[in-house]
Formats: sequence, C-alpha cells, structure tokens
Amino acid sequence: MGKPIKVRRGLNIPLKGKAEKQIIDLSPGKLYALKPTDFHGIRPKVVAKPGTEVKVGTSIYYDKFHPEVQFCSPVSGVVKELVRGEKRKLLEIIIETDGKQIQETHEIHDYQTADSVDLIKTLLQTGFWQMITQRPYGVIPNPESTPDFVFVSTFDTAPLAPDYGFVLENMQEELKVGLDILHKISGKEIHLGLNAKADNTLFENLPHTITNTFEGPHPTGNVGTQINAIRPINKGEIYWTINIQNLAMIGRLFLKKSIDFSRAVSFVGSELNQTGYIKVLPGQSVKEIIDGKLVQDNVRVISGNPLTGKAIEKEGYLSFQENQITILPEGDYYEFFGWLIPGLKKFSLSRTYFSWLMPGRKYRLDTNYHGGERAYVVTGEYEKVCPLDIYPQQLIKACMTEDIDKMEQLGIYEVIEEDMALCEFVCTSKTEVQSILRESLDMLRKEMS
Amino acid sequence: MNKLRRTVDKIKPHFQKGGKFAKLESTFGAFETMLFVPNHTTKSGAHIRDAMDMKRTMVVVIFALVPSLLFGIYNTGYQHFLAIGESAEFWSVVWYGLLKVVPIVIVSYVVGLAIEFIFAQIRGHEVNEGFLVSGFLIPLIMPADVPLWMVAVATAFAVIIGKEVFGGTGMNILNPALTARAFLFFAYPAWMSGDKVWVGGMVDGQTLDAFSGATPLAQAAAGNTSFSLGNGAGIDTIDMIIGTIPGSIGETSKIAILIGAAILLITRVGSLRIMLSMLAGGVTMGLLLNTFAANPFMEIPWWEHLLIGSFLFGMVFMATDPVTASQTAKGKIIYGFLIGFLAILIRVLNPAYPEGTMLAILLMNVFAPLIDHYVVQGNIKKRMKRLKTT
Repeated sequence: MGKPIKVRRGLNIPLKGKAEKQIIDLSPGKLYALKPTDFHGIRPKVVAKPGTEVKVGTSIYYDKFHPEVQFCSPVSGVVKELVRGEKRKLLEIIIETDGKQIQETHEIHDYQTADSVDLIKTLLQTGFWQMITQRPYGVIPNPESTPDFVFVSTFDTAPLAPDYGFVLENMQEELKVGLDILHKISGKEIHLGLNAKADNTLFENLPHTITNTFEGPHPTGNVGTQINAIRPINKGEIYWTINIQNLAMIGRLFLKKSIDFSRAVSFVGSELNQTGYIKVLPGQSVKEIIDGKLVQDNVRVISGNPLTGKAIEKEGYLSFQENQITILPEGDYYEFFGWLIPGLKKFSLSRTYFSWLMPGRKYRLDTNYHGGERAYVVTGEYEKVCPLDIYPQQLIKACMTEDIDKMEQLGIYEVIEEDMALCEFVCTSKTEVQSILRESLDMLRKEMS
Repeated sequence: MNKLRRTVDKIKPHFQKGGKFAKLESTFGAFETMLFVPNHTTKSGAHIRDAMDMKRTMVVVIFALVPSLLFGIYNTGYQHFLAIGESAEFWSVVWYGLLKVVPIVIVSYVVGLAIEFIFAQIRGHEVNEGFLVSGFLIPLIMPADVPLWMVAVATAFAVIIGKEVFGGTGMNILNPALTARAFLFFAYPAWMSGDKVWVGGMVDGQTLDAFSGATPLAQAAAGNTSFSLGNGAGIDTIDMIIGTIPGSIGETSKIAILIGAAILLITRVGSLRIMLSMLAGGVTMGLLLNTFAANPFMEIPWWEHLLIGSFLFGMVFMATDPVTASQTAKGKIIYGFLIGFLAILIRVLNPAYPEGTMLAILLMNVFAPLIDHYVVQGNIKKRMKRLKTT
C-alpha cells in the first residue's frame, strides 16, 4: 500500500442524522416492487403476469435488448399488479410475499471449478448480473463484453453514507469469493480503492486486487473519482464497477448456494427518531420500514443518499441496489426575505451565510431549492467540488447544446451522474446538472450503438 | 409575515395564466420572489441544494459597493464646497452629495430595471437579478456633474445593446456598467473627461474662476506629477488613499474599495485570482514604465498607479464580473494580468484616453472567451493524447 492519493477538491456536506452503529430490527414487509426505472437503457418485458406465483429468483421481467438479463423476484409470493405511468411506461411490478422465501431452482455453479461462461450464466439467471455497472453511461454491462478495467471502491463519502467496514464486518469470506468470481468473468485484476482514514483490515489481503488508498472529501469515495485518478476512461473503453456490498452479495450467492438479495443499508436523516442500519430486500415497501420512526410527517424519503438517490413516495418501494435510506424534511415553504437574512442554519459552499463562522456544525437541510433557476452567472464553483480532470461547467454547456463532439472532447465518457452531483448541489443558478448529463449520456449511447 | 403571505397568495392567481394581469406574470414573480424565497422543492437530482442563489450573490456585491457609494456621496459634497471656496458643516456636505448622487442612482435603476422587466415579460422568463449590481455600478463610475438624461440614455444603451440583445444576464459579452460608461465616453467626450465634470456644480459655473477640477490622473497626463486639488492645495498619498480627490463618484476612496474587496473575498463571491493577477499586471507595467521612463508620467512610481484613476475600482468590481471574465481558473489569471498590464499601458502611453482601466477591461471582456478556449483546449489535447497512446 503506497502513499495515499490526496483528493483536494470536493465537499463534505455536514448533515444531521448520521447512522448509529447498531442494527435496528425490522419486521419483514408484506409488499415488494421491482422497478425497471432503477436501470438506464433497458426495455422491460414482463413474464410474470399478475396472479403468477413466484419464488425467490423467479424471473419477473427481462430486457428486450438483452433477453439473457433477467430481473428476478426477491421474495416468494404472488405477483399482485403492474403499475404503469404515462404512455403505459412500466413503473412497478408489485409482489405480495407469502413470507416463506422458497427459492427457485437455478443451477448455481461451483465457483472454484466453473468457467466464466457458467458463472455469468448463474449471475444472469438469478438476477445478480445487474449488480455490476458499466462505464461509460452507467448501465448494465453487456454479458458478451469484457471490460478493459475493473474498479471497486470500498468506501462511500456521500452525506450520511453507510460504513462498509461495519456493514460487511462478517463477510470477508463472501468478499473473497466475490472477487474470485469478478476476476474470472472479467479476466482482469480488480482495482480496489481504500479509505486512508479508515480501518481497512477487512479489505487487506484480498485476492486479485490492486489497492490504492485515497484521502479527501466527497466525492473521493466515488469510484468515478478513483478511476479518474488512476486510469481515466478513454473513448471506446469499457470499465466495470461494482458496489462493495453487491460484490459480497455475489460472493454469498456462490458460497452459500442460496439466492439471497438481502442487504444492510444505513437508515439515516434528521427526521428519524432513531438512526442505524437495517436489513432490507430490494423493492421493499417504504411504508412498512418508516412507520412509527419519523419525528414529523412532512418528509422526503430517499432511496440512496441525498445527492444521487431517488425520491420515493411514502407508499413507494426501495430501489434495487441503494445502500442507504435517507429521510429529510421537505422544503415546501416560503421564506420571508430568505436571501437577505444572516442564515445561521443555512449551509453553503460560499461564505455568504454567517454559518461559515461555525465549522463543525451539523445541518438539518431540506429539499427547498433556495432560489430560482437562472442562466449561468457564477463560474468556478463546479471546479471547487469536482476533483476529476475535466471542465465540468463547459461539459454541461456542451450537453445543453447537444454538441456531441464537444462532449466527447470534454470527457463525457469519464462521468456519470454521481460524479457531478456536487456540482448540482453548489450551483448558484440551480441548474439540473444530473438530469442534463443523463439525457446526454442516453443520447450518446443511442448514437454510438 | 403569514398575513403578507396570505395577501400575496390571494392576488397571485390574477397574475397567472388566465388571470386578469397574466401579462405581468414575470413582474409579479420578481416582487414575490424578492419578498419570499419560493417554496419549490427539488424534483430530480440532488435532493438538497446549497443555500446560495442569484439574489444572495447580487446582494453581497451590493453590500460590498455600499462603502464606495457612501464615501462618494460625501466626497461629491466635499469637492463642491472646496470648489466654491466655502467651508461647510459635515451634514451640508453630505446633503449636497445626496442631492447630486441619489438622482443618478434612481435614474440608473428606474431605466435599467424597466427595460429588464419588459424584456423578461416578452421572453416569459423570470426577471434576472443581474441589473441590481449593474444599476449600482453605473452611478459609481459617473462624474458627479453628469446630466441625468445622459445617465438614462447610457443605461438604456448598456442594457439593450450590451446585454439583452445577447440574451440577457449571463449571456452578455461586455460588462454592462462599463458599456454605459464607454458609450458616454465616446458619444459625449466633453462630459466624461476634462477638468470640469468631476466636481459638482462646476459645469454650471458655480465655482471659483481660478479653481481647476482636474483629477490627479489628468494632471499626470499633462506632465504634472505633484498632484494638487483645484484650489492649489497639494494632494498627498494619504488623500488618495482616503479618497478626498476629484474623480468618478465611487472610485476615489481606496479604503472604501478595499472594504468592498474584503467583503467579496471573504464571502468568496469575488475572484481572488482575477484581483491578484490584475494587480500583478498593473505593477509589472508600472515597473516597466519606470525602467524606461521618458516623460514625467512614466516616471511616477509604480505603486502610485494603483491609487490614481479607477484602477483599483475596476480591479475589485469590474474585472471580477463572472459573466464577462474568463471562466476557467487558469484563464482568470491570464485575463486579470492582461487587464492590469494593458490598463496602465493605455493610461500612460495613449494620449487620447486619460484612463485605461475601462478600455482594458472591455477589451479583455472580448478576449475572455478566446483565453478560455485555449485553456480548455489544453485539457482536450491531454485527453486526445491519452487516447492515442493506448
């Protein structure tokens, strides 16, 4: 392990409601939903119509473009209904569980003897393949492709993020198996990003890895930041990334030969009366999780972290692979002369509110925009929070004007939304950076295929 | 507060689609959002947002300009009473200054904001806050004796031609306030330079016959480098720092400007890069001129250039305008340095223009996108090279 790589630019947003290191017991839920909207660039084709009995690992829908990629039920029970949105877009497939967790009989190959074809087959059939993310574009990798590089970050620096050292405490064996498999199916050594400020005993001496340590504020823990520091993505190259808990879950699948989608997520936010870690299944009903745990009712429930997560209705369902549930106050109020007041409780990268005089303070931030959307006026703020070797504001402008050549030149292949989420947070002009970037990535992917 | 909010909510429907005054929607919006930060919540992307917005940015700049305005008001009165040869009490000095300066501020805001509102209305946009600063800057860079109709014409020119034709705040190439001044400078040169306009009441001949209203800058250009006030009393360095000298309303007090600079830098609203590099550029040129000095103006010590004319004011409040400056970090350094360098060069070596700061900033405003282009190109080339070597 060499000297840590210092990331200088970035921003830690000091939010209230960090996770206590405790497991909060949760009674298992009744309703679950699969949400095709969790993935970019797929077209879902449902195979389990309402009324169908399903088991854990039974295919519910697949991707029309890649029929081998199956999306499977996390529970056993009955498919209850399909929820569609505008233009009949499929939003949710709701499953009511019988609580028995009977497993579908897929052949789970022995990871020590099986070759990469068989391993990939198991991953595809059980619905674990989509735990891997491909860059560029941030999509599910094509099962026929192999990556040029594989990167995994072992830590998360996002606001109120889970501590993977705690989450994966007893899963070192699973991690080892997961790495074995990832190594086999990718044919590459895995670049592992470690946190210089954390206890890394769990992540040391893992097989097939090249480790790098990083030090710095968010987004240092983002795999995109680590890739950019070690070996930036060039046009035409394919990188795989996978969340560290996902990796351990893949390891568990092969080690225990059991299809188990459960994961520990941090349950955080200023509006909870108790924070900690909970064990959930993907698509679990939020209502059953948060009932009786809120300080007040006017809240935003986020599957994921406050910068990149998805807002879910209180009647909604968790996303497929987020490791965090964040509960924040909604900001749907008017503020009298809000732009003029001293603002001791307001957080800003700038020092225009007097709260900067109180370092170390934790904030209860809400979902208010704190201002109207404007044309770009202020410059240089994106650069302060974006450690990647790109010109973020120029890149977003290229995206706005749909100038593909410029986007490529400015390094759009090196980023997905999470890498520029902080730019969106600090933007004085309240530009929707992440959705602008996503539209361009989708457009580019279409053009290139 | 709640009562006010209820009233606003009650009349709001009239200004929305289908209401009686739907045509005034963005005008209503401007006043509503001034009173209340809207209740909009994030829909996609980051769920939490920085508390900073355009209004806060602009209001910080205005706070930073207030010391210059206040001193400008005092100095306008002070110079006037000096010129008519009477001594006056503090409050009558301030009163005279108020009578001179406040109408200019009002005219600048009324004309500029009216045009902004009309354009926002036509485009169906929200009213942008940009002019709140421009409207404050314009009076500060005017001579005290400028006729109000000229302020009105210049402001209209700056807002329409300098800004709105390019698409409004954020899209303009030239600094709007300087555009207003440049317009007057070339259209009515007698009112923007010379020895009379800087002292209130002098144009009307209220002042003593022997009194000269020449600024230190004009005196230096005329080869007289031991500066003096109109009544013959000498101007020393302290006077130039405090600002009791003739000049544009807001530019004379270096202390007031530096207070403004401190506000901009502490809040991180103004760019330290631009300020420092412009300072470096000015000092470099000053030293060069000292080295090759061939006339008295070239001989004045390099540091004195920072105290005469509008160099410091331009450095703190004009060059740092983020819209018209370079946008990249490296670009800002090049941009600032060249402004400082050119400002002193034009000031000293070009006899046609008594002050170089305005022209240097406007010139570099035009070149800022080019500088950025080459800086960004450097990043692009690096990426291309990486692609080739793999």
